[in-house]
Amino acid sequence: MAAFGSFALIVALALAAYNLFAGSVALRLLATGQPARISPERLADTARRAGIGGFYAVTAAAFALVWAVFTNDFSITYILEHSNRALPIQYKFAALWSGQEGSLLLWAWLLGTYGFVLRLTHKTDVKLFAYAGTILAAIQVFFLAILNFAAPPFSVFRGAIPEDGNGLNPLLQYPEMVIHPPMLYLGYVGFSVPFAFALGALMMRYPGEKWIKVTRSWTLVTWLFLSGGICLGMHWAYAVLGWGGYWSWDPVESASFMPWLTGTAFLHSVIMQEKKGMMKSWNVWLIFTTFLLTMLGTLLTRAGLVSSVHAFAQSSIGSWFVWFMCIVAAVCIFTYILQRDHLKGEHKLESLVSRESSFLFNNLVLLTVCFVILWGTMFPVLSEYVQGSKVTMGAPWYNRVAVPIGLFLLFLTGVGPLLPWRATSLRSIRRNFVAPSIALLVTVGACIAFGVRPWVEGQFDQGHFYALVAFALCAAVFVAIVSEFLRGAAVISKQTGRNLLAATWLLTRRNMRRYGGYVVHIGVVIILVGLAGAAFNLSEEKEMALHERLNIGNYSLECQGFTQDSNLNYNSEYAMLDVYRGGKRILQMTPEKRVYLASGQPQTMVAIHSTVFWDLYVVYEGTNSTTGQPIIKAIINPLVSWIWAGFLILFLGTLAALAPSLSPATAALRVPARTGASQPALKGGD
Amino acid sequence: MAQAAVLAVCVCFTVGATDSGSRVNDLSHQMMCTCGCAQILGECNHVGCPASGPMMEELRAAVAGGASDHQILGSFAAKYGATVLAAPTTQGFDLVGWIAPFAVFLAALLGTMLLVRRWKMDPEAARAATATAEAANLDPAAKALRERIRRETGTDGGV
Repeated sequence: MAAFGSFALIVALALAAYNLFAGSVALRLLATGQPARISPERLADTARRAGIGGFYAVTAAAFALVWAVFTNDFSITYILEHSNRALPIQYKFAALWSGQEGSLLLWAWLLGTYGFVLRLTHKTDVKLFAYAGTILAAIQVFFLAILNFAAPPFSVFRGAIPEDGNGLNPLLQYPEMVIHPPMLYLGYVGFSVPFAFALGALMMRYPGEKWIKVTRSWTLVTWLFLSGGICLGMHWAYAVLGWGGYWSWDPVESASFMPWLTGTAFLHSVIMQEKKGMMKSWNVWLIFTTFLLTMLGTLLTRAGLVSSVHAFAQSSIGSWFVWFMCIVAAVCIFTYILQRDHLKGEHKLESLVSRESSFLFNNLVLLTVCFVILWGTMFPVLSEYVQGSKVTMGAPWYNRVAVPIGLFLLFLTGVGPLLPWRATSLRSIRRNFVAPSIALLVTVGACIAFGVRPWVEGQFDQGHFYALVAFALCAAVFVAIVSEFLRGAAVISKQTGRNLLAATWLLTRRNMRRYGGYVVHIGVVIILVGLAGAAFNLSEEKEMALHERLNIGNYSLECQGFTQDSNLNYNSEYAMLDVYRGGKRILQMTPEKRVYLASGQPQTMVAIHSTVFWDLYVVYEGTNSTTGQPIIKAIINPLVSWIWAGFLILFLGTLAALAPSLSPATAALRVPARTGASQPALKGGD
Repeated sequence: MAQAAVLAVCVCFTVGATDSGSRVNDLSHQMMCTCGCAQILGECNHVGCPASGPMMEELRAAVAGGASDHQILGSFAAKYGATVLAAPTTQGFDLVGWIAPFAVFLAALLGTMLLVRRWKMDPEAARAATATAEAANLDPAAKALRERIRRETGTDGGV
């Protein structure tokens, strides 16, 4: 199987290289109109078919590795290091991305899959898709070159083959780990497609805005996967790492968040290009930057530039990524300089206070947050270079720097949709802002009444202050969005006689993109409410004798004993804790500590009791070596379930935004986006 | 509702806690565990950690000894190195780490405001352009219906 896998990778590289070479030649011939022995269209089609063939070859390689895992083929070094016989079946798949070589193969396979879909749908716009397919082939050549020469997944173990493997990293032996990395990779890799379209459209001086519509859909799908990957990663960290939180500003977490931010900025600013012909250069650069940030994320994971909990994938291939990023940046800059006159747009605003301005500021803040995170990630490296010693940019730094800017972004999320396009009158400001302002003031009053005060005995409390501002802004934004729905639904209700609920549904169906976007905003608001809850965490730790109690919040945990268990994969010890609330026993929790037999590594398994308003989070920290009694840590995490609910709403909103609308709400009233003097100079062809 | 009330009680309990336990908790969240797990000291729980236990004991002793927060953080930084602090100090080059994000934010804010001003059309020209475009593209019935929609929805169109 090792020979088959290696052969499949060589074939895949050859096909990707042919796709790149033949595609480039064909597109060059088409652009210049030079006569050639072979028709450029036919040459381009052979390149496309090579791309499809390449997908089958990478699939064969990925299958070979999965097959090797399932058949315990320890003659392959990668399988020996990342699997063992007793590994449960569902985690055998996880072995594919648990190490450097396997995760790169997964990347190449996903890129091949995206390319496969793109090449099959090439009739949408043959020439644009040919450009995009050729650019994707260039990216694929890079990954396949690494897989063939720098990090081969099928390298054979030298010497006597051991009976059993080293096993999978215990951190990865959790159900979400079967979904989280592929989901995140679908997001990371997916941004290659919008990048290919943007660069291709710029290279060919694509006439019109059709490419932006194609790119927007791909970006939205990719953004959905990346959001899902981030959410699952947060939940995994919460349930597995056992420190009571879900986001630790680990550099690799940050690296996944940065392309999400620039992708979000693109999804907003692209509306300006579609509606007003503005921000064309900006949009192209947002896509370029997003793609480069996905590469930076991969570089950070693998090059060991910064310390991270994701260190299990570190290796020496960082220099490959540095060179690749430099080449990509050079190609982007060169193409932009060469074709920048094609991106001239109409930059006219009728008013300072308008939807257009809010989009500009929204982009500014998203990009600033992205810069802050990049700065926080890279500053330790810079500090070491400048002053010879590293510093730590941990949660306290991000809380003081990123949170205020994030709250400003939340404010814009509420204000933006309330501002009309072109210009805003004082009357419309009064009408649109009254309800959100009332919600804001009422929430501030209610929070202070319930004890959320930014001052404690004359001292400023940063956590409570941020929570107060976040709750108030969330309430205002929520009311603003709901009022947007209701305002439109009231008109439809009046016109059609439907009830308000049915009218809201019809309103949404008529403009899925707009109202799907609003649902996404509601999801973000709910996530932020959940995040703000972290300001009120409670924590208790205690060594517990039999029948001893630990009290936290309104819960009381009574130790009923602790015991041990074992199976083929791990030995475990766990405590049995009866949980009482209001004097009544409500459940038994069993926080656990495992030691995996193959690797000898320990792992915490947290017990979580979730309710709408808080989670009771219990960790078995081990036993006191003197007394032999278990040490239990209990944490009350308020509003955590709101985060997961918010993500669910965000996913539904994104799916809605992707769905086609029922019919244009004002089909008979369509006004051409650009008329007369405002028509931008569009030059077709090459 | 009952849960909301209890949550409020929890919130009230957390407000005002300024005893030494709370100081230890605060300080332990301003430092990192030095074992290499990259976790905040107060949150490090990984099984068999050789560093967090002794460090927490040291921290409790320092708080009990009456040292100020500044002194405690300084002594830990001197003993374990600057990376033990979860955030950079506000001295020397470390200050750049704090200032740069806000400087970039303000510069970007200013730049965007200048851009918006530059792009802003003359009001007369804007009105004329809008009127011309509407007159050229809408028949009177459609124009009236559009005005009605704008009046009733309070906005000029979708996202």
